Amino acid sequence: MPAPIRLRELIRTIRTARTQAEEREMIQKECAAIRSSFREEDNTYRCRNVAKLLYMHMLGYPAHFGQLECLKLIASQKFTDKRIGYLGAMLLLDERQDVHLLMTNCIKNDLNHSTQYVQGLALCTLGCMGSSEMCRDLAGEVEKLLKTSNSYLRKKAALCAVHVIRKVPELMEMFLPATKNLLSEKNHGVLHTSVVLLTEMCERSPDMLAHFRKLVPQLVRILKNLIMSGYSPEHDVSGISDPFLQVRILRLLRILGKSDDDSSEAMNDILAQVATNTETSKNVGNAILYETVLTIMDIKSESGLRVLAINILGRFLLNNDKNIRYVALTSLLKTVQTDHNAVQRHRSTIVDCLKDLDVSIKRRAMELSFALVNGNNIRGMMKELLYFLDSCDPEFKADCASGVFLAAEKYAPSKRWHIDTIMRVLTTAGSYVRDDSVPNLIQLITNSVEMHAYTVQRLYKALLDDISQQPLVQVASWCIGEYGDLLVSGQCEEEEPIQVTEDEVLDVLEGLLVSNLSAAVTRGYSLTAIMKLSTRFSGVNRIKKVVSIYGSSIDVELQQRAVEYNALFKKYDHMRPALLERMPIMEKSASNGPTEIVQTNGETEPSVVDSKHPPPVSQPANQANDLLDLLGGNDVVPVIQTTVPTKPASAGGELLDLLGDLSLSGVPTPAPSVATSQPSFLLDGLSSQPLFNDIAAAAIPPMTAYNKNGLKIDFTFERANPNPNVAVITIHASNSTEADMTDFVFQAAVPKTFQLQLLSPSSNVVPALNQGTVTQVIRVLNPQKQQLRMRIKLTYTLKGSPVQDLAEVNNFPPQSWQ
Amino acid sequence: MMRFLLLFSRQGKLRLQKWFTPMSEREKKKIIRDMTTMVLARQPRSCNFLHWKDLKVIYKRYASLYFCLAIENQENELIALEVIHRYVELLDKYFGNVCELDIIFNFEKAYFILDEFLIGGEIQETSKQMVNRSIEASDMLQEVRCAGTHSHTQHETWLASVV
Repeated sequence: MPAPIRLRELIRTIRTARTQAEEREMIQKECAAIRSSFREEDNTYRCRNVAKLLYMHMLGYPAHFGQLECLKLIASQKFTDKRIGYLGAMLLLDERQDVHLLMTNCIKNDLNHSTQYVQGLALCTLGCMGSSEMCRDLAGEVEKLLKTSNSYLRKKAALCAVHVIRKVPELMEMFLPATKNLLSEKNHGVLHTSVVLLTEMCERSPDMLAHFRKLVPQLVRILKNLIMSGYSPEHDVSGISDPFLQVRILRLLRILGKSDDDSSEAMNDILAQVATNTETSKNVGNAILYETVLTIMDIKSESGLRVLAINILGRFLLNNDKNIRYVALTSLLKTVQTDHNAVQRHRSTIVDCLKDLDVSIKRRAMELSFALVNGNNIRGMMKELLYFLDSCDPEFKADCASGVFLAAEKYAPSKRWHIDTIMRVLTTAGSYVRDDSVPNLIQLITNSVEMHAYTVQRLYKALLDDISQQPLVQVASWCIGEYGDLLVSGQCEEEEPIQVTEDEVLDVLEGLLVSNLSAAVTRGYSLTAIMKLSTRFSGVNRIKKVVSIYGSSIDVELQQRAVEYNALFKKYDHMRPALLERMPIMEKSASNGPTEIVQTNGETEPSVVDSKHPPPVSQPANQANDLLDLLGGNDVVPVIQTTVPTKPASAGGELLDLLGDLSLSGVPTPAPSVATSQPSFLLDGLSSQPLFNDIAAAAIPPMTAYNKNGLKIDFTFERANPNPNVAVITIHASNSTEADMTDFVFQAAVPKTFQLQLLSPSSNVVPALNQGTVTQVIRVLNPQKQQLRMRIKLTYTLKGSPVQDLAEVNNFPPQSWQ
Repeated sequence: MMRFLLLFSRQGKLRLQKWFTPMSEREKKKIIRDMTTMVLARQPRSCNFLHWKDLKVIYKRYASLYFCLAIENQENELIALEVIHRYVELLDKYFGNVCELDIIFNFEKAYFILDEFLIGGEIQETSKQMVNRSIEASDMLQEVRCAGTHSHTQHETWLASVV
């Protein structure tokens, strides 16, 4: 057998491959050669073969067959073997495989080897990938090495101890004695790793933290020496002595000083010194300053020091280096809550960062800007933010728009300004506005009573320009529907009233109905708006015509609305004025932050329902947070019992259950249709389940097929895609007796015109006392759409005796076979 | 702590992977894919920091190689840049004007150097000279312990003769 090719040779060869296929071929050939070499237990070339395997592994090819070989290499006496063996172990083995435990003994031996480099290899491997079991077994050895005077080993042992503690926190105690004089080391490697070890211990245990507080003076001294000492060639980085160690010490000081006045006091001076003396021309100096700032902000530092820290961040903002600016913005975001005034001083610089080219910086600047908005600077800030909204990338627009709405709501200097701001957002970023903004805005507009005429006029004009941005269109249609009378009467005070006729308004709204740009939801808004205008405009005939046309619309949603509006005209015309009356002011509780999605707040739902259904005359403004309360709380008003039409396709089963029993107070469009048009609002608040996904499937109600002697079998249905002739039935067998039913077998037979397929059951034991169910899927092919009938046979063993039963199932719901 | 370090070329070919937490092969492959896609898509003058899941990813390009280091959220990004730079300096000292080819053909040595610089996601030695001395001494040890190879002064040649 010729000697296996060398590693470099292999690499060279593989790199000549032109295609992936060629490369794969070469690799497979070589793998085969390596495998046979492994089988021959060739000691000389094992190292070479494993190295080649590692190369191929890096290219993405499987190399698990080399795992045991790595172990053999580790056990070898040759240093070369061990080096490659440990490397292979770190790359190929991981703690999920039991194989790795075989390493433990080798590592133990190597930890006690006479050569420090072998010990080093073992420590390194243990510290990188040691599993909990390995750590438990070898912690003692590590602890021993932590006390050695050999600094090469001591530093590695310290990091190994860190890893052990991370894996097995209970072992932390055993390393405590060894930490006694770690900080008196002169060797920077040991110092650094010791600080890491101390940090890890302090972070994990408050007791350790308290214990190590006494080290603060020593740490301060070490840090001072680093700063004051002259040039040290060994540790110098751009004129700064051992920045890595400085940063680590600063971090440990942060943890130690966090809630402790005395420690914080003790480190005040050194922090001030570092903050003022560190050279800022290179990244490394700024890294130290950054860590210093973080420490100052976290401990109980005096206010002068805090101002110093924020000023450093302010200077960072002006730095040419993008990374520094980014880091500054991130830190300022963290401190803006606690040191708001200090950060405010840098507001203009922050706002300038909105114009930065870098995406990450822009995002941070935007978040920070929103955090800085207050009553005093709202006008100026909003101008900048709106300008940003105009020109920013689409990924920002949604968040920015939400932020603007929120800020405007909190700090609007006047209602007119508020509405103008909203208009600006809707017209410039209208398609990016979040869906939940629409009801929020509607509620806002409703509540600004004196601005109704102005608002509807501006929205109308915006519609004339552009009907592509759905949220804008939706808000506008709603407003026109509500305040159309103000629009045509030309009552606007705030600006020059425009001359609009009723026909022009209806033209616009009808235009929305037919336009390709309108979403289904928008069309719904538009039709309702047209309907509402029937009580506000003088000419009703045109509206009647539109409504009757849409009574045969293909869109089920529109059709339903139109049919019901038609019914309003025909049979309930006396109710129409009351139903379509002006909305009252809606109450709303505080809203959420710009980046949070408005969900699970019952508050938003009532306003949605309100805006969709003109409520009866004297509806009290409910503070209700609960959908149920809102709908049920209208008992005061004379109601018309409209039966909720059972339209299974339009609402999830759960929703129907909720609302089916309530007397819906004279609402022409029953609640379930609301669900289809505004799914995200109602359903979000009700449950976190994606109810809407169930809607298509929950068309067929479940049924109980068999219920005897404690065994109950329910059938649930779905339509199988793509074949609509196949009904997929899932049986759920539950057992209410005291003992388990074992060897449970379910069999079914169907008439000849059907075909049946029974898939395997989830188990054949039905647990007692309804603790669980056995499920099984049946697929029934019903090409002739005949009524589904089934005969079922059940066999099981209960308390040792076998039970058998036959039954007919005839109560299948019509939807399952039609 | 650092979670992982990846080196890959401009075409997305992996040159080195160091993982400091246990992960399945599939997870590793996914992360490598994600990282290469994200980093290679970045504009040339962007800042060197990315957010990915709950980690901060610091990347820097040196010639044709991207160095990609993922750190936990509470770590200092700016010093992470220095960590990457220090590793490049160590490689440079060892190989003499290191280039991508050096790392391709001597990947195991790149790992050995890394293992003298970092352990378990933390820095073990802050002095460049100390790391270099340890590597040289280990290399010497390989030479001495290897039966049948005569001593060379060049690392390249005699290590090549074994592997």
